[in-house]
Amino acid sequence: MGLTLYEKIWNDHAIAHGAGGRTLLYIDRQLVHDGSFHAFLALKQAGRAVRRPEASFATPDHYVPTHNRHPITHPELRDKVETLAANAAANGITIYPVGDDRQGIVHVVGPEQGITQPGITLVCGDSHTSTHGAFGALAFGIGASEVAHVLATQALWQAPSKTFRVTVEGALSPGVHAKDIILALIARIGAFGGTGYTFEYAGPGIRALSMEARMTICNMSIEAGAKAGLVAPDETTFAYLHGRPQAPKGEYWERAVALWRALPSDPDSRFDREVTLDASALEPMATWGTSPEHGVGISGVVPDPSREADAARRGSMEKALGYMDLRPGARIDGLPIERVFIGSCTNSRLEDLRAAAEVVRGRKAKVPALVVPGSGLVKRDAEAEGLDRVFLDAGFEWRDAGCSMCVGMNGDLAGSGERVASTSNRNFEGRQGKGARTHLMSPAMAAAAAVTGCITDVRKLLR
Amino acid sequence: MKPFTTLTAVAVPLDIVNVDTDRIIPARFLRQPRSAGYENFLFADLREADASFVLDRAEYRGAQILVAADNFGCGSSREGAVWALAGSGLRAWIAPSFGDIFFENSFKNGVLAIVLPPGRVTELRAALEAKPGASMSIDLAAQTVTGPDGRVDRFDVDPFRKECLLAGLDEIDLTLRHEADIAAYEDRRRRERPWLG
Repeated sequence: MGLTLYEKIWNDHAIAHGAGGRTLLYIDRQLVHDGSFHAFLALKQAGRAVRRPEASFATPDHYVPTHNRHPITHPELRDKVETLAANAAANGITIYPVGDDRQGIVHVVGPEQGITQPGITLVCGDSHTSTHGAFGALAFGIGASEVAHVLATQALWQAPSKTFRVTVEGALSPGVHAKDIILALIARIGAFGGTGYTFEYAGPGIRALSMEARMTICNMSIEAGAKAGLVAPDETTFAYLHGRPQAPKGEYWERAVALWRALPSDPDSRFDREVTLDASALEPMATWGTSPEHGVGISGVVPDPSREADAARRGSMEKALGYMDLRPGARIDGLPIERVFIGSCTNSRLEDLRAAAEVVRGRKAKVPALVVPGSGLVKRDAEAEGLDRVFLDAGFEWRDAGCSMCVGMNGDLAGSGERVASTSNRNFEGRQGKGARTHLMSPAMAAAAAVTGCITDVRKLLR
Repeated sequence: MKPFTTLTAVAVPLDIVNVDTDRIIPARFLRQPRSAGYENFLFADLREADASFVLDRAEYRGAQILVAADNFGCGSSREGAVWALAGSGLRAWIAPSFGDIFFENSFKNGVLAIVLPPGRVTELRAALEAKPGASMSIDLAAQTVTGPDGRVDRFDVDPFRKECLLAGLDEIDLTLRHEADIAAYEDRRRRERPWLG
């Protein structure tokens, strides 16, 4: 029987075997950010050194302010950013610091710099590390103890996950995006439907997507409970990586591509679970509740908890409706919103900003709207094609790169009770600020919400 | 790390599905070092909004076992969520399913995370609600949980994690025993994929 992409990467990185199928897995690349200070401290306290400084790359993202940051005046934020710089310097780790165009959200920076490559293992102390699976890398989020473990040993003890293939048939219609695919998948299988599995996204609906779109989908694998998400590398992947600073060059490039071409799952490989989605049947999605599984198509309504058989789920839906101040049967289309956030490791790349700008061009924001590019390079490229002017002319704020209002650790927060149209990945209670009400959607949908003041089917605004 | 062998203690039910780590400890507290005492921030927003939050009820004071619902600890990778729970004295949690990174983080901090069938977890929570302050027992070597109703359930645990918990082993030390294997792997990799260094 053939092997899946996941099994090929796993086998290639197995160093040793422990009890019960545990494998000591070699880790090729680690990304560290300004929230990694716990791990560096643990390492220092244990008197351990970093084994391979050249295998790790650092950039501040969670705590970094997204405006007025030269210098950073907030003492706690400055401390986190400076601590990362000091830890990188003390341990010989490459850093893209504030003020460098390459600084940004780790999951935008890694691919952009060519650090993320097919067939490698990549970890980071952040749950959205699953993003990098878009390149056919086995990439997953870890906690502080494991960050320290990888810094010290370049390896991790892991149990294999089961494999789950998500086949996307058909093509997306205008106004429907990668974010809608992943929100539809999570709505279908649930926020723990992928627990214990690594996804492989396959089929013509995935093959047709850009790298940016594939990253959006892999990014939210964790929101379905999956360990990681994978897309087999192909010509789209190679074209994206070619010439990136950390990608293999010259003769090495040819050798690397030859190895990468052997990575896709064999035709006779077997998956533990399979699901098929039809991209052509999807409409723009938005969430109504407080879990990423609470997604509904724009023509849909808020569901009725009394029709949910499972008591725990019913309770969760009722609580979500209370928190979100919504009633069963309410229409999603036309729901007034009070703030818009376009950014996060899910949707802050150039393609995302273009999709939003296309909707915004020539219109005015009716509510406060914030655009936060994923990296300094995304910002620079967006400005080169005038996207910043489109947003600024419409009354949006145009910021510097960082995680910003996705998690609010830098102080970019929504107010209590405010309803936010957000391109981020989590609509948890309090995630974007205490009492803030988050509705997840694509950048195009968030842009439509900004210019109409309510959740709106973006297809009505397309020219 | 403190070994985990057997535990008999008050168990507290938490009947909320998809409890994410943002809720266990909101992001704004993570700026602080762990030495700030993360247990002080445990469920901060939930507790502020609900004075009768189950973890604050007198009957469950001193609880060391938490019986939760599906997908407990989903979301962010923040290990602070485990530090906050463990810091408040909890040493084991039981649920039908857990967030993957949270599950891993639990064992790294000497906490036993146990998966039991959804129906049984619902029964356990109901029994604990019916008899607030009741105790449960866990025997890691035997892989058994004894409920407040006296029923004994066997649970699965990865033998590697079990070994580490029973001995209170630091995983980094365990890995360093394979230093020669890691070095040999790196030598081979440098030949096969020199661009990875």
